[in-house]
Amino acid sequence: MFASIGEALGQLASPTLLLLCLGGTVAGMAVGATPGLSATVGLALLLPVTFTLDPASGLVLMGAFYMGAIYGGSFTAILVNAPGTPSSIATTFDGFPMTRQGRSEQAIIGVTIASVVGGVVGVVGLATLGPLLAGVVLQFGPQEYFWLGIFGLTMIAGLAARSLVKGFIAGFLGLLISTIGIAPIGGEVRFTFGFQPLQGGVPLIVALIGFFTIPTIIDMLADPAARQASMMREAESRRQGPVLGRTLRDVFSRPVNLVRSSVIGTFVGILPGAGGNVANLIAYNEARRASRHPERFGKGEIDGVVAPEAANNAVVGGGLVPLLTLGIPGAPPDAVVYGVLLLHGLRPGADLFTEQGALTFTFILALALAALMMVPVGLLAGRGLQRAVVRTPTRYLAPTIMLLTVVGAYAVRNSALDVVIMVALGFAGYGLRRIGLPPPAIVLGVVLGPIIETGFAQGLLTATGQAHPWASFFTRPISVVIIVLIVLGILWPIVSGRRARARSADREEVTR
Amino acid sequence: MRIRFPVLALAASAAVVLAGCGQGPAAEGGAAAKNYPNKQIQYVIPFDPGGESDVTARLQQKALERELGQSVVVSNKPGGGGAVAWAELANQTRPDGYTIMGANLPHIVLQPRAQGDPGYRTEDIKWAYLFESTPGALIVAKDSPYKTIDDFVKAAEEKPGKLTVGGSAKFSANHMGMLALNDAAGIKTTYVPFSGTATVTPALLGGEVDAIMSYNTAALELEDEGVRVLGFATEERLSQFPDVPTFRESGYDVINGAWRGVAVPPDTPDAIVDKIAAAFRKVNKDPEVVKKMEDLGFEIVDMGPEEAAKFTQERAKVEGELLDRFGLAKQ
Repeated sequence: MFASIGEALGQLASPTLLLLCLGGTVAGMAVGATPGLSATVGLALLLPVTFTLDPASGLVLMGAFYMGAIYGGSFTAILVNAPGTPSSIATTFDGFPMTRQGRSEQAIIGVTIASVVGGVVGVVGLATLGPLLAGVVLQFGPQEYFWLGIFGLTMIAGLAARSLVKGFIAGFLGLLISTIGIAPIGGEVRFTFGFQPLQGGVPLIVALIGFFTIPTIIDMLADPAARQASMMREAESRRQGPVLGRTLRDVFSRPVNLVRSSVIGTFVGILPGAGGNVANLIAYNEARRASRHPERFGKGEIDGVVAPEAANNAVVGGGLVPLLTLGIPGAPPDAVVYGVLLLHGLRPGADLFTEQGALTFTFILALALAALMMVPVGLLAGRGLQRAVVRTPTRYLAPTIMLLTVVGAYAVRNSALDVVIMVALGFAGYGLRRIGLPPPAIVLGVVLGPIIETGFAQGLLTATGQAHPWASFFTRPISVVIIVLIVLGILWPIVSGRRARARSADREEVTR
Repeated sequence: MRIRFPVLALAASAAVVLAGCGQGPAAEGGAAAKNYPNKQIQYVIPFDPGGESDVTARLQQKALERELGQSVVVSNKPGGGGAVAWAELANQTRPDGYTIMGANLPHIVLQPRAQGDPGYRTEDIKWAYLFESTPGALIVAKDSPYKTIDDFVKAAEEKPGKLTVGGSAKFSANHMGMLALNDAAGIKTTYVPFSGTATVTPALLGGEVDAIMSYNTAALELEDEGVRVLGFATEERLSQFPDVPTFRESGYDVINGAWRGVAVPPDTPDAIVDKIAAAFRKVNKDPEVVKKMEDLGFEIVDMGPEEAAKFTQERAKVEGELLDRFGLAKQ
């Protein structure tokens, strides 16, 4: 193995491969930053290019592109509340409030650090524990996916700060939206009302752009003064000295958050039934839960952008674990990477790490290198973009974002209907937010609905040989662990709420 | 609250304009066929990037461009297991040969029959060429007690409905393959649909299901994991697996799998269809394409427009009878 790594290092040191790695990272970032163009679509576009390259070059290009695309998705999430890919949903929760407070530069620096750390941790996990971790995939059956989805739903408690009931209404609305189209298990057509184009359902990214970005544009137009104020604050903050150093110190002062989020990302990435879209949400929730200041989340807390971005870049390495060891794509973009591997005659399996070791490790090291390249590229290009967006007057920025959302929604499936759905959901989201239903909770429902539904139905079917198929949901070891986590997750807000109340009561007494 | 509406109005009208694009019938006459092709061709795949159909199209692309003398753009329009794009092909796409679309069997046969109205009829899908297939395969894990198809059938007879078989989606090639085997062997099993090979494979290796009904490609990919193929749903043994018997050899008359090709809107002039067919026939002989297809485990098939249409009718009859027998047909 070490000989392979040495050989791989030697190969990667060639100028061509280094350039490909840099080019792939930059191109990936650009595609990732465009809402609607996900990492998967970008990789598919790149596929024919790799046919003309030798295997090492092709894989380096793909790997770097993938890493960059996941990172790039955070820019628009922070700057204009438009997650560039579904892996950056949670980044908007605190990233956009930071922009509004004139702290977008800090947010961009924060996600850059997070993405680099997450990317490297995922790759290290892949290189060192790859074959070992693969076993985890096989322990995770339908029942576990069901409970993982339910676990994700407990996040609603955190997203609905004001009213738990309204949070749940929003979450269930999202679950309902996710049931539109052909049922994943039963195969029947649901909620299309005889309108056949709805058979395909509502794609996640279309719902995301609609629910998050359209209300942002409306806000921008309704209250131009707010943006003016945040521009002023941004300039003010820069006068206080170099933002970079301050942010670095701030983020690295809580290394646990970085590590925890990266580990969550790596693990969720390994699961073929869940990818970056789930990982970033779970990491966000855990960061909030562990934080000493959970009340700051959702209002511009830097840990809230660090957590999801560390997690989603860790998914890259994690997702490749089942792919390289078992031939199972761990996340949707990995399906395309798989195609490239096969076309170059590389069959995933144990011998990919031994016989083909040099090539495999060239690929793995290129991923790590791409992660590291995000430091200079992100700090230059990312901050450049940030400054440009922040300085653009609203009268140009709002129509530009609108155009991006329309193009983005269209690009997901080359479907004009998706643009209509996106705009409709956007207005609905704006109205729902005004009556107190949080759009993030709706999106959570859209993400988790299919996972919960398939897990539930498959779990009942696979346990059909047992006396009580439903009992299998409560007897499997990993299921039990997740159930315990869910119970803790439900109890936690109650306990912490009581604690906070007790604390504030103490304070009141003191002041009295 | 004051909102400036022009921007939103602009967006709404942009959406309407976009919705209007790509419609309007207007079939051009014979002159157009003679000049065909004289501009870029859109090759639409009704599935996600990275799947079998998508990868095939992308590896055909260069060779197709060579044969047709025009650039070919591959794009994806997924939704409803292909139904959304095929409904558009049948009703809205201009029949001029500049939009061609991947189409799959048995999908185009099963959707109109089992799912209700998907927005197109099987006959609306006009084949230009069928170029590859992936035969059905019954696969068990390394530590499975079933060594042969007979072991499996015997176990199913002893515990009717208790054996679980995973596969990709309901009303799919895998589902029909299992139904056909149930029918031929007179057994009952529980079919568990998964979202695709990425989720069904771990279910097999992790012991969640007793077997999977999948394709030869999965058998090839899982060779390293020590899985056993109990049989292939083909007429003859596959060259990649000379030791694995066909279901027919074992006494179960099951021919099953997925067939992939390219289709055009129903009113497309035959002269244009023939040109597309000729191009794909040549692509299917291109050594580089052939090598890559074989690497991926695809069986190469060569069926022109008429042959493909006839084959579709045959499959429609087979699958239709199965659906009827299991009470799954809606129409």
